[in-house]
Amino acid sequence: MLEVANVSVRYGSFTAIRDVTFSVKRGEIAVLLGANGAGKSTLFRTISGLHKPVRGEIRLDGERIDSLPPDRIVGRGVVQCAEGRKLFPRMSVYENLLMGAYVHRKDKEGIRRSIEHVYELFPILRDKQNAPAGSLSGGQQQMLAIGRALMSRPSVLLLDEPSIGLAPLIVEQMFATIKQINEGGTTILLAEQNAHAALSIAHRGYVFENGTIVASGTAEELLANDDVRKAYIGA
Amino acid sequence: MAVFANRRLWIAVLAALALAFPLLVTNSYYLHIMTISFIWMIAVYGLNLFAGYTGYLSLAHAGFFAMGAYALGILTVKVGVPFWLAFVLACLFTTLLGAVIGLVALRTKEHFFAIYTLCVGYIIYLVIDKWDSLTGGVRGFIGIPAPADIGPLSFQTPVAQYYLVLFFLFAVIFVMYRLVYSLTGRTYIAIRNSEELALTLGISTMKNKLASFVLSVFFTSLAGALYASFIRFLGPDIAYISVMFDFLTYLLVGGIGTLAGPVVGTLLVTFLSQQLQFLQDYRMLIFGPILTLLIIFYPHGIAGGFIRYQAKRKEARRLEPEANRAAAELAVSSQGRGERHAEEG
Ligand SMILES: Nc1ncnc2c1ncn2[C@@H]1O[C@H](COP(=O)(O)OP(=O)(O)O)[C@@H](O)[C@H]1O
Ligand SMILES: [Mg+2]
Repeated sequence: MLEVANVSVRYGSFTAIRDVTFSVKRGEIAVLLGANGAGKSTLFRTISGLHKPVRGEIRLDGERIDSLPPDRIVGRGVVQCAEGRKLFPRMSVYENLLMGAYVHRKDKEGIRRSIEHVYELFPILRDKQNAPAGSLSGGQQQMLAIGRALMSRPSVLLLDEPSIGLAPLIVEQMFATIKQINEGGTTILLAEQNAHAALSIAHRGYVFENGTIVASGTAEELLANDDVRKAYIGA
Repeated sequence: MAVFANRRLWIAVLAALALAFPLLVTNSYYLHIMTISFIWMIAVYGLNLFAGYTGYLSLAHAGFFAMGAYALGILTVKVGVPFWLAFVLACLFTTLLGAVIGLVALRTKEHFFAIYTLCVGYIIYLVIDKWDSLTGGVRGFIGIPAPADIGPLSFQTPVAQYYLVLFFLFAVIFVMYRLVYSLTGRTYIAIRNSEELALTLGISTMKNKLASFVLSVFFTSLAGALYASFIRFLGPDIAYISVMFDFLTYLLVGGIGTLAGPVVGTLLVTFLSQQLQFLQDYRMLIFGPILTLLIIFYPHGIAGGFIRYQAKRKEARRLEPEANRAAAELAVSSQGRGERHAEEG
């Protein structure tokens, strides 16, 4: 349903992404594996419309979205949860969630249901709903960031390194919840350095190096691929 | 809850004091100073909406203030429009021009926006200063009528004018209060926090910034129109950059991005400069260092510093039981996880 075709992205004269083509099928979890600086975030920002590609097309259900402004892309159901849990630290947990539902701001009843849904996924957020977001722990902030992205009821959710900087036990929970979100019907594109954990829940993966895709396949194929194992799993 | 009740009480006391002021203080000089302060406050609220809540420092606001004032003067004196119609038209005209300027200016960000609006402000000053036939140029513009009667209400006396200005101040504060606690207000704050983050949530930052800018210009032009009808003499210096920096001083001292900031800052700075008046031009020697110290120790202004202090106390009280429980858990299972508390952006 989400197709990226021959996309190149530049920062000035530096080409961060070169001729990248891949797709995510409806209902899937696709993972984009790559080391720091490979270009994962740049690609996400391009899909979200924060950067314009110099070449190529990005399509959602066959329709081009690469020339739309970012807010319209969110309106189409493609929503990103950016790297580094960017929250509104002085707003409460509840207010942060409300901001996530901005595109549905007139639908009070729908917002109430979405909040309930997020609280079911992350019960801790209900307990902390009146606390300022800045006072949450790292794991809770990541949950809030994902919860806020879900408030816009995305059909495609882009998750940029949700596990970064979290304790191993929390990471495990995080991936279990991502799987649960996917089973609820949301298509997910996940950017990760943590290949093992990511591939354990993904259907399909793409390996990204220096702005190009160097390997791709189903999760099983990638896990069995020696080069991938060496580079990203360390076994 | 106590804090909230407390705040309501404060607001009620301050409002009552403002209402009773002309009865308590019969000295007409103080009444004049107070009325003028209220007019500055309205202008500073305008600046606060955009600079404080939306995060864009506009340096054109003295220009918009002057434009509101001159538009009222020109419409009433040169065109002969009835006062209240001219009053509305002056604000609308300035706001409309603000919208056009905003459309262009908001294509720039941060320092570039500040510099761009600085230039706009200066151009407005130049136009007023040089367009002799329309504005009277350096000689100034005289003969602006006092506010016309509305039914049985007459605004000829200083006390009546005081209440008229106070009415507009209350109205502006009320609108600001409702706005800041609404989704629209939170949207502006989101843009101030991070425009990119706001965009990824589906917020059209351009539309929202423009709306905020236009409302901000409206408030400031309203202050200008009130100024014209209260002072009834205009010179080009009200568009000058020093007026802009007065606005900024009031806002910074009081607390940028706070609801009480414009009131606190304007009152305090006006009071201080009154007290130091005997020093004449040397008063800046005292005033400058005081201001510097304030900015160093209270970077969020007086109201901002107070809010932060209260938030800290509240947070400490909230965390106390939690901290105790966490300590107990730690002692039992020693499962201290290295989860970071993220810093504020
Ligand atoms: N704003 C920017 N300006 C210039 N270069 C950038 C910018 N952001 C990222 N880059 C460069 O683009 C490359 C890809 O970065 P990024 O997309 O953040 O990678 P990843 O998310 O995979 O770590 C890196 O070489 C990085 O230095
Ligand atoms: Mg990244």
